Amino acid sequence: MGRLRSLLIPGVDKQLLVRDATKLMPDLARRRFIAGGASLGALTFLTGCDVTDSFSAESMLTRISKFNDGVQAAIFNPNTLAPTFPESAITSPFPFNAYYALDDAPTIDGREWKLEVRGLVDNKKSWTLEELYRLPQVKQVTRHICVEGWSAIGSWTGTPLRDFLKLVGADTRAKYCWFQCADVDGYNSPLDMPTALHPQTQMTFKFGDEILPRAYGFPMKIRVPTKLGFKNPKYVISMEVTNDYKGGYWEDQGYNSFSGS
Amino acid sequence: MSSLVAHDQTTKAETPAKAIQPAWVRIVHWINAVAMILMIMSGWQIYNASPLFDFTFSKTITLGGWLAGALLWHFAAMWLLMVNGLVYLILGLATGRFRKKLLPITPEGVMADTRAALTGKLSHADLTKYNYVQKLLYAGIIVVGILVVLSGLAIWKPVQLQYLTALFGGYEAARYVHFFCMAAIVAFMVVHVALALLVPKSLRAMIIGR
Repeated sequence: MGRLRSLLIPGVDKQLLVRDATKLMPDLARRRFIAGGASLGALTFLTGCDVTDSFSAESMLTRISKFNDGVQAAIFNPNTLAPTFPESAITSPFPFNAYYALDDAPTIDGREWKLEVRGLVDNKKSWTLEELYRLPQVKQVTRHICVEGWSAIGSWTGTPLRDFLKLVGADTRAKYCWFQCADVDGYNSPLDMPTALHPQTQMTFKFGDEILPRAYGFPMKIRVPTKLGFKNPKYVISMEVTNDYKGGYWEDQGYNSFSGS
Repeated sequence: MSSLVAHDQTTKAETPAKAIQPAWVRIVHWINAVAMILMIMSGWQIYNASPLFDFTFSKTITLGGWLAGALLWHFAAMWLLMVNGLVYLILGLATGRFRKKLLPITPEGVMADTRAALTGKLSHADLTKYNYVQKLLYAGIIVVGILVVLSGLAIWKPVQLQYLTALFGGYEAARYVHFFCMAAIVAFMVVHVALALLVPKSLRAMIIGR
């Protein structure tokens, strides 16, 4: 218990976070409902597919979700900024949220850590935290919206991702920036290039003017105020600029891939 | 020859008069019923992921199995609800059905018909004409239907549609609006279904038109 307590972050409700984590946990028994051929004959005409195809509600829903990715990409305006708030609006304490308890959050040594840059970039050198800290930073106070529905306003400071992409000579015509993280079981998430180039998409190094704490993704998170929370990777260890859709931790389990706000 | 033509005209004139609910109304009504049930049941599962109040919905009445499944259902059925709803609004306005069936609504009429309903004196002899309580409820539920879609869009796209979200008082307020619209629709459905079962010929009219 003493060990546990020492790992807790003041102001973070441990029970709440465990509850959140279990809620997001994929439950195979629960998923069986959509997987188990709950086919709705009445809805087949909507998809225009041949009824003799192996048809299930799940495949129909997956297809509509892909269609929704396209709709959201089409209505995404690269010049529309997420609303910003005064510092007084910041949610305190800001919730910790993950599919694991805070005790299992990655503990990263900032002196050892390096950001690996791969894929369609001119300069594939890895970046130390010290080097990244030297890049110009901006602060944003924006609303973080979780796929579960709750939201919280936070203050994030860091380097606009589009500046970094320019710096490393990324091919910005590529489709995605794919991030890999240090979370248990490996977290990863693809970010579409138009969103990666959005002025508020940020490589975040500070939360509330302090070095990003472990709970919120030390040493680096990608803050994307135009996406749901799970598209804001924490504990980032690598970035790959790619044309391939490489999937993501939650995306692969059925969460909509674009998940734009 | 002339008598034949006259006969044709009378049958033609009789057919639309006999249909209490025209075919387009019946089609959009039942599509809406399916879409609403899918939206509400998946919405309850989504609500359970982050409840606004001190209760959650039993898993036996939710759709999707878990949050991701419920979101897939919700964002699929929303197209059915929105497209069908738009067709309904356009046809309702274009054919004059809304004006003819739902207007005027007067406070005196609503009061009188409410009193009649509560004392068991409200007649359903003529199904083609709505009483004032029906007019108020049917017009009201159309407004709630529009609000539930708009507040849903405000929650779904609080950045791209931020002016809409602001209109609802911000993201968090829009969640409450969305919830209360759902509650109003469920309350309407309970009364609506109960009364349809009490007056079965009204249910028949919504199925076969007469």
